[in-house]
Amino acid sequence: MTIVANKPEPIIYELSAPGRTGAALPACDVPQAKLPAHLMRADLELPEVSEVDVVRHYTRLSQKNYCVDLGIYPLGSCTMKYNPKLNEEAVKLPGFTAVHPYQSEDDTQGALQLLHELQTMLGEICGLPGVTLQPAAGAQGELAGILIIRAYHEARKDHKRVKVIIPDSAHGTNPATSAMTGFQVVQVKSDARGNIDLDELRKLADDTTVGLMITNPNTLGLFEENICEAAQIIHAAGGLVYGDGANLNAIVGLARPGDLGIDVLHSNLHKTFSVPHGGGGPGAGAVMVRADLAPFLPGPIVAKKGKRYALTMPRKSIGRVKSFYGNFLALVRAYVYIRSFGKEHLHEIAENAVLNANYLLARLKNVYSAPFANRVCKHEFVLTGTPFAEQFGVHTLDIAKRIQDYGFYPPTIYFPLIVPECIMIEPTETQSKESLDEFADALLKIAEEAKTNPQLVKDAPHTAPITRLDDVQAARNPVLRYRG
Amino acid sequence: MSHRFIPNTDADRAAMLQAIGVTSVDDLFKDVPTSELRPNLKLPTALSELELSREIQALAARNANLNDHVSFLGAGAYNHFIPATVPHLVFRTEFYTAYTPYQAEISQGTLQTIFEYQSMICALTGMDAANASHYDGATAAAEGAILAINQLPNRHQVFVSPTLHPEYRATIRTYLAGLDVQVVGDADPGLSFEQALEKYLSEQTACVILANPDFLGEARDLTPIAERVHAVGALLIVSAYPIALGLYRAPGDCGADVVVAEGQALGNPVAFGGPYLGIFATKNQYLRRMAGRLVGQATDTKGRRGFTLTLQAREQHIRREKASSNICSNQALCALAASVYLATLGKAGLRQVAELCYHKAHYAANRINRIVGYRVDLKQEFFNEFVVACPRPVAEINAQLRAQGIIGGYDLSREYPHLGNAMLVAVTELNTKAQIDQFVAALKQIKNKKLKAKS
Repeated sequence: MTIVANKPEPIIYELSAPGRTGAALPACDVPQAKLPAHLMRADLELPEVSEVDVVRHYTRLSQKNYCVDLGIYPLGSCTMKYNPKLNEEAVKLPGFTAVHPYQSEDDTQGALQLLHELQTMLGEICGLPGVTLQPAAGAQGELAGILIIRAYHEARKDHKRVKVIIPDSAHGTNPATSAMTGFQVVQVKSDARGNIDLDELRKLADDTTVGLMITNPNTLGLFEENICEAAQIIHAAGGLVYGDGANLNAIVGLARPGDLGIDVLHSNLHKTFSVPHGGGGPGAGAVMVRADLAPFLPGPIVAKKGKRYALTMPRKSIGRVKSFYGNFLALVRAYVYIRSFGKEHLHEIAENAVLNANYLLARLKNVYSAPFANRVCKHEFVLTGTPFAEQFGVHTLDIAKRIQDYGFYPPTIYFPLIVPECIMIEPTETQSKESLDEFADALLKIAEEAKTNPQLVKDAPHTAPITRLDDVQAARNPVLRYRG
Repeated sequence: MSHRFIPNTDADRAAMLQAIGVTSVDDLFKDVPTSELRPNLKLPTALSELELSREIQALAARNANLNDHVSFLGAGAYNHFIPATVPHLVFRTEFYTAYTPYQAEISQGTLQTIFEYQSMICALTGMDAANASHYDGATAAAEGAILAINQLPNRHQVFVSPTLHPEYRATIRTYLAGLDVQVVGDADPGLSFEQALEKYLSEQTACVILANPDFLGEARDLTPIAERVHAVGALLIVSAYPIALGLYRAPGDCGADVVVAEGQALGNPVAFGGPYLGIFATKNQYLRRMAGRLVGQATDTKGRRGFTLTLQAREQHIRREKASSNICSNQALCALAASVYLATLGKAGLRQVAELCYHKAHYAANRINRIVGYRVDLKQEFFNEFVVACPRPVAEINAQLRAQGIIGGYDLSREYPHLGNAMLVAVTELNTKAQIDQFVAALKQIKNKKLKAKS
């Protein structure tokens, strides 16, 4: 962090002074109409700052952020890979940015072609030919997917299905999605190898089962070795298998979810397909389904008729999940990304992501406790900080904060919930061996510090723009807006 | 050679495999029960950066972009001027390649910008709290409905105005499909909001969702509507147009309980429909039912001001099936664009944009109304969008306008057939007087063509 970044930055309102503006708009070139006095506001509390103030303020704030372009950002289950720069140039083209969603099909053939080709490529990569690009994020893809499964059962007049089975290692979005669609959530345990417990699954699956939501590899970073058996159990009970494709980066190009018994899958295009995460979004959450479920997809989607591309609503569509056609500029990035790898190189993504994760695991597992060290991991792995907590009072949170002092973003922590003091690391394929070594060296050093100088770790970070915040007080007396 | 986005060399890979204790990469995938690793995918071949750049430019060039045309298309997506500060700052790598600010100490940039966004949205809407964004205006409205249903669990109806954007109404229906709730109010698109409210508002209504200005452009005084809605104990959810809020009284000051909006107009390009910005703001009393990320002010161990994600107990990663929504990733970068836009324009600038839209739209409406065969209801209060009754089907008129380089308004015939040949025309500060005059002249000529054809 630079000296500038460590200086407190005023809130934009604190930079405001009456009479300043960053606006330079043309004068009104038409006769003025009478403004509706009865509807007008008296005042508008927006800041008054010059263009210079705006640029310096946001530039200084930007320097208080860690980001992928600075180095490893190993948030587990987030796939913080490098965001190729050609993608960012593509989304500045006026032929993409300055196109209105209601322009005619004649005027938007380029955009429609891009969407159609992306649909086709994602369907092929996932082995599930029905594709919608409308969902704006993974969680919205889940919502669409569960509604598709619901529509499938209803179309078969199978009305008594109310239970969605979800492993205890699942992302929080899975149970939240099921609840949003009015279904009951039934949790299934993981077994000692980190797989779904098949015996328990057999007991839970019956004619009230809507389906199974499964993340594969799961959030422990382990491939569900029994995925085919689990899918058979669910299918035999009349349910469908929903794949949470958050972790698709582990198998992209190497194996297809549709070939492993998954019926409906979402893919977070901001993870596997390199759309930048934007400080929280926007991403995109494409949904892929087997052919017989395609009529239920949310739409519109793009169809090709001869040489022409057209928007169309699937025959028994669950409807729209948002306005227009999806996060188009995010989809442009995913398209450019896939084309840059092509059929020859796509599998190298997963190979190197998994290689990098296993290498980091190998470097760390003798010092940090790895609950599943007897298995190879996929694109991510979990460690537990329990020994440090028990012996030295140094918790996973402390380790994460100390990682910041070494110039890295910390991993995901305290998730999945089934591993105590969990540290969940996903390096991605866009890290070099050298950068993995630097990161591993830092973690090993911190493990030493936990023994020799635990207070140093517990007081971390020492070099960030601020020290730890009082989150409890922030939640107790929330201050959510500037009030002068 | 390795692919350009993969730094490992063959030598690196060999050393890493050795450290792991396996002989090949395939050993790391033995647990994947697939018949063949690396199936022969039917995908295009890899392209160099130069080839790909050319290909993507060719695709972009196949779209008619609004910079090269005169456009009067709106209907939920509006082409506004974007100051240069917005793309310049939003494309800073420190913002766009970061993620949700879980680690507050090294994410203060994102956290403070969200706090400032929340502050500015509260000022615009007249609300106490705004979240860090939803996907778009439609999903923000749907989340508003869910808030109301959770607040009033014994009520089973959500009222949507017939003049709420048709795609918002469709989205709300999708979101509520699995819940024990009926969406009412818009069965007859010929009813006005007032008529529909009269027919459907009852003690069963959890919330009333209306747009202001509405999909057909009409702007209303919200205060009497709020009184009416509150009289039956329901919540009022207003879907606002943020540029119009530069001029109009904040919905929160008129009694709205939740304000949602499509925030695209604030510094985000129309971009063929996304990514956009779902604005969501509410009053303190509904704070803990609100979905999405919230940033709060906090103090660090040395007493300094900082910002942090707060009230996370509402969210899916903590509450799982009991969460207020499943939302995780949102539209944070679009919210940043909105913040930079609002900061750049400021108090006076937003008002000026709003006035430019208002005056230009009223000029256009007056001119069009004077063309024989076209009619605009000038008695109705509107902001920058209005309905034009046309002498011929809008599709035909738009085709002829297009031949002259003009992208006409939205054809209302599908969703509002009772209006006949009706075009929804949007005017923004980007439309010059010369463009409006050109549009008027073209409409006049198209009308005359028909008359000539008849004679």
